[in-house]
Amino acid sequence: MSDILQTWAALTFNGISFGMILFLISSGLTVTLGVMRLVNLAHCGFAMIGGYFAMAAVDYLGFGLLASLPVAIVGTMIVAAVIERTLFRWVYGVTELSQILMTIGLAFVMVALCNIIFGPLLHALPIPGWLTGNLDVAGVVVSTYRCFLIVVAGLIAIGIWYVVEGTDFGARLRASVDNPRMARCAGINVRRIFSFTFTVGCGLAAVGGVLGSQMLPIEPFYALNYLILVLIVVATGGLGSLKGSFTAALIIGVIDTWGRYILPSGGGFVMYAIVLVVLLARPQGLFARA
Amino acid sequence: MSDSALAAGPPALEITGLHKHFGALKVTQGVSLTLQAGARHALIGPNGAGKTTLVNQITGVLKPDSGSIRLFGTEITGATPERRVALGVVRTFQIISLFLRLTVAENIGLAIAAQLSLDAKPWGSLRDDDRVVEAVRDQLERLDLLGVAQRKVSELGYGQRRLVEIALALALKPKVLLLDEPAAGVSSRDLGMLLEILSRLPADIAVLVIEHDMSLVFRFAQRITVLVGGALLVEGTVDEVRANQQVRDVYLGRRGDV
Amino acid sequence: MTTIPSDRPIAASLRGAFTAHRLNWMDVGIWVVAIGAYFVVPTYLSLGTTVLIMILFTLSLDLAVGYGGIDTLGQGAFFGVGGYASAYWALNVTGEPISGLVVGAVAAAILGIITGPIILRARGLTLIMLTLAITSMLEEFAVTAKSITGGDDGLTGYHILPVLGLFRFDIYFRTAYFYALIVLAIAFVIARIVVNSPFGLTVRGIRENPVRMRLLGVPIRTRLIGLYTLSGAMAGVAGALSAQVTGLIGTDTLTFLVSGNALISLILGGFGRLYGAFLGAALFYIFSDRAAAIDPFHWLLGLGILLILAVRFMPNGLIGLTEQFQLFRDRRGGRGLDRSGP
Repeated sequence: MSDILQTWAALTFNGISFGMILFLISSGLTVTLGVMRLVNLAHCGFAMIGGYFAMAAVDYLGFGLLASLPVAIVGTMIVAAVIERTLFRWVYGVTELSQILMTIGLAFVMVALCNIIFGPLLHALPIPGWLTGNLDVAGVVVSTYRCFLIVVAGLIAIGIWYVVEGTDFGARLRASVDNPRMARCAGINVRRIFSFTFTVGCGLAAVGGVLGSQMLPIEPFYALNYLILVLIVVATGGLGSLKGSFTAALIIGVIDTWGRYILPSGGGFVMYAIVLVVLLARPQGLFARA
Repeated sequence: MSDSALAAGPPALEITGLHKHFGALKVTQGVSLTLQAGARHALIGPNGAGKTTLVNQITGVLKPDSGSIRLFGTEITGATPERRVALGVVRTFQIISLFLRLTVAENIGLAIAAQLSLDAKPWGSLRDDDRVVEAVRDQLERLDLLGVAQRKVSELGYGQRRLVEIALALALKPKVLLLDEPAAGVSSRDLGMLLEILSRLPADIAVLVIEHDMSLVFRFAQRITVLVGGALLVEGTVDEVRANQQVRDVYLGRRGDV
Repeated sequence: MTTIPSDRPIAASLRGAFTAHRLNWMDVGIWVVAIGAYFVVPTYLSLGTTVLIMILFTLSLDLAVGYGGIDTLGQGAFFGVGGYASAYWALNVTGEPISGLVVGAVAAAILGIITGPIILRARGLTLIMLTLAITSMLEEFAVTAKSITGGDDGLTGYHILPVLGLFRFDIYFRTAYFYALIVLAIAFVIARIVVNSPFGLTVRGIRENPVRMRLLGVPIRTRLIGLYTLSGAMAGVAGALSAQVTGLIGTDTLTFLVSGNALISLILGGFGRLYGAFLGAALFYIFSDRAAAIDPFHWLLGLGILLILAVRFMPNGLIGLTEQFQLFRDRRGGRGLDRSGP
C-alpha cells in the first residue's frame, strides 16, 4: 500500500479510536444533559478519577491495566453516587449558568485534590505485553492497542445501544429523555433513573479515562483540559442523543487527528469552525431529541 | 352607549369559515365569529373544544388551513403575530407571562415605551418622560394597581398578577382584546374585583373572553359563542344561550340554573 | 382615554417605581478607596492597575450577562482582540495611548457586530458553546498566524507615548494607575447611563421574558446585538489598557479562563448591579494574585469550594447579601419599601 494511503488510513484509524474514547467519556454527560437538563462541567473529572483509581491499583496493588479497570469503575461509581446524593441536590433547579459555575467549582476541587494527593506529573497507564506492537489490518499497519480500544469501545457502545433500545429500563430512560414530565405522569421514577444513569455514566467515563490514558494522559488538569472537547461532542451530537454523541465523537475524533497532522498548530481551528457551523445550522445538535 | 353607534363600519374582528386539522384530528371546523367594536363576547365550551386553538389562530401563532380573519375589513390571515399586535390584536395568557423581577410600573412602562418607539434609547430614563409616566399611571389607575406600582411582580399575589397581565395588554392599545381564562385560579374575593375591572374596559375595544367560570361569563358578556368539538354549537345573547336545551345538555349539565 | 390632571404626589412615587441606580454612598466610597489606594499602598500599584483593568472587564461582562441575560464564556475574545488591535496600532502607527484605546474599542465592536447576529439566535447552553467555539477559534488563529500576532510569544516591543503628552508611563505604574482609573470612571458613567435608560430596561425585559418582549413588538435580537457590541467594546478597551500598561499582549488573553475569572468575580460580587463588578473583581484578582503565588493548588481548592457555596447561598453575590441585610433592617424598621435593585 502506498505511503500516503497508509498514513491517511492510519490517521483515520487513530481518529476513530480517539473518537471512541471521547464517546465513552461523553456518553454519561449526554444522558445527564438529556434527562435532567443538568450541565455538569465536572464530568471529565470522573474520567480523571477513574484514571487515578486505576493508577493507584497499578502502583500499589501491582495490577495490570485490565485488572485495574474494575477497580476504577467501581471506585468512580461510588464517588459519583456520593456526590450525586449530596452536592447535586444543590445543583438541581438552579439556572444553567449557576449549574455551570457550581460544577466548575467541583471540577476545580477535583483538580486540586488530585494534585495534592497524586502530584502534578502526567501518567499513562502501562499497556499489557500482548497489546503492544502493531497489527496488519487489511494491508494497513496500525497499533494493536488502538485496535483493542476500538473493539472494546465498540462492544460497550453496542451494549449501551442494546440496553437503551432493547430493554424495559431503556424504554423508561428514553421516555424520561423525551419528556420528563410526561414520564413522571406515566409513573416512571425519573429521579431514580437519573441517579442510576448518572452513576453508570460516570463509570463509563472512568472506562474512557483508563483505556484512553495513552492519548489523554492522567494528570490533575485532565478534568479541565478535555472539557471543551467533551462539551463539543455532546452539544453537536445533540443533548440526550447517544446516537448523536457517538457520531459526533467519531467525527470530531477523526477531524481533530487529521487536523493536527495537516496543520500542527492550527488543527483545532478547523474543528471549532465546523462546530460553529453545525451549532448554527442546528442549535439543538445533530440528532437532538427534545 | 348605543350599539348602532359602534356598529357603524366594518366589524372589529370577522372570522369566516375557519378550518384547522392536525392530521386526522379536526380542531376547528368551519368556525365563524363576528365582533363589533365595543363587543363583549364570551367563548365557552368543554375542555378540548378548540377554544385556545381558535385564539392561537386569531393571534397568528397557528395558521388555519382555510378561512379568513379580518380586522376592520383588512385581511390579516397571513400576518405574523408581531404584526397583528401592532395592528391591535392583543391577547392575555392563561399562564401568566410577565417580567417577574421588574416592578409593576416597569412592566407597563416597557409596553408603553415599545409603543412610543422609545425602547432603544440608550440615555435618559423612562421615569423622567412625562408621557410614559402619565400613561403608566392611567393604566394602573384603571386597574386599581397604583398601590403596588413599586412592587416587583414576583411579590404579588396571583389575582393581582392577573390584573397586571390585563394592564399590560391594555397598554398595547388593543382594538381587539382576547382574554384567555382571566378568572383561572383567581380567588372568589378577587373575582369581584376582576369583574369590576372588566366592566371598566374601554368602551370602543372589542373583547372576547374565553372562560369556564360561568358566573363571570353571564355577568360580563353580551353575546356568547359555544364551541364543541371544534365546531360552533350555538351563538346568541346570554339569555338565548342559557335557555338553549342543547347547550344545557352538553355543557351546563344537569345543574340547571347557574 | 381621559387625561387626569397631573397629581404631584402620585407622579413622584410612581417615578420611583422605575428602578434605577441612584447615587448612594457606594458611588463615593468606591472612588475614595480607589484613589486612596494610590497613596496608601504605592508599592502595589502594578497589582492595583491590573485590578482596575479587570474591574473594567468584569463590568463589561456584567452588562451582557447580568443585565441582558446573554450567557457568554467568550468575553475574553473581546479583551484579546482589543489588546492585539491596540498593540498593533502602537507598533505600526503611533504610540499615542488614547487613540490606541479607541482602536481597541472599535476592533472589539466590529467583532461584536459580526458575531452577534450569528450567535445571538441561540440561548442557554448552545449560546455558551458558540461563544466558547469563537474564542477558541480566535485563540488558535492567534497561535498560528505568527506573522500577524506573534504566535505564542505575542506582540511586544512597542512604546507608549505619554498620556495627553504630559504624563509619562513609569515603572512604578503611577501614571498607569490613574490612567486606568479615569478610563474606568468614564466607562462606569457610560454603563450607568445605559442601564438607567429605556434601552437598559428593555434588555432587562428581554432577560426576564424574551417571548413576551417579542409580543410587545420589540426586535429582541437587534437589541441584544446592541448590548453585546457595547459590552464587547468595553472589554476591548480593557484589553487595550492591559496591552498598553504592560507592554505585552499574548494568546493567554483569549482563553476561556479569562472569561471564567470574570464570571467568578461576578458571582462573588453580584450580577446586574454594576458595583458587583467592582467588589467581586477586586476581591478575586487581589486574592488570586496573592494566594496563587503562595500555593496555586490550595487556592484552586478554596476557589472551587467558594464557587459551590457562593452559588448555593449567595446567588446575588455580596451586593445581594448587603441588600438583603438592608431590606431586613428596613422591614424591621417598618419602612416596608422594596429598595433592592434589578
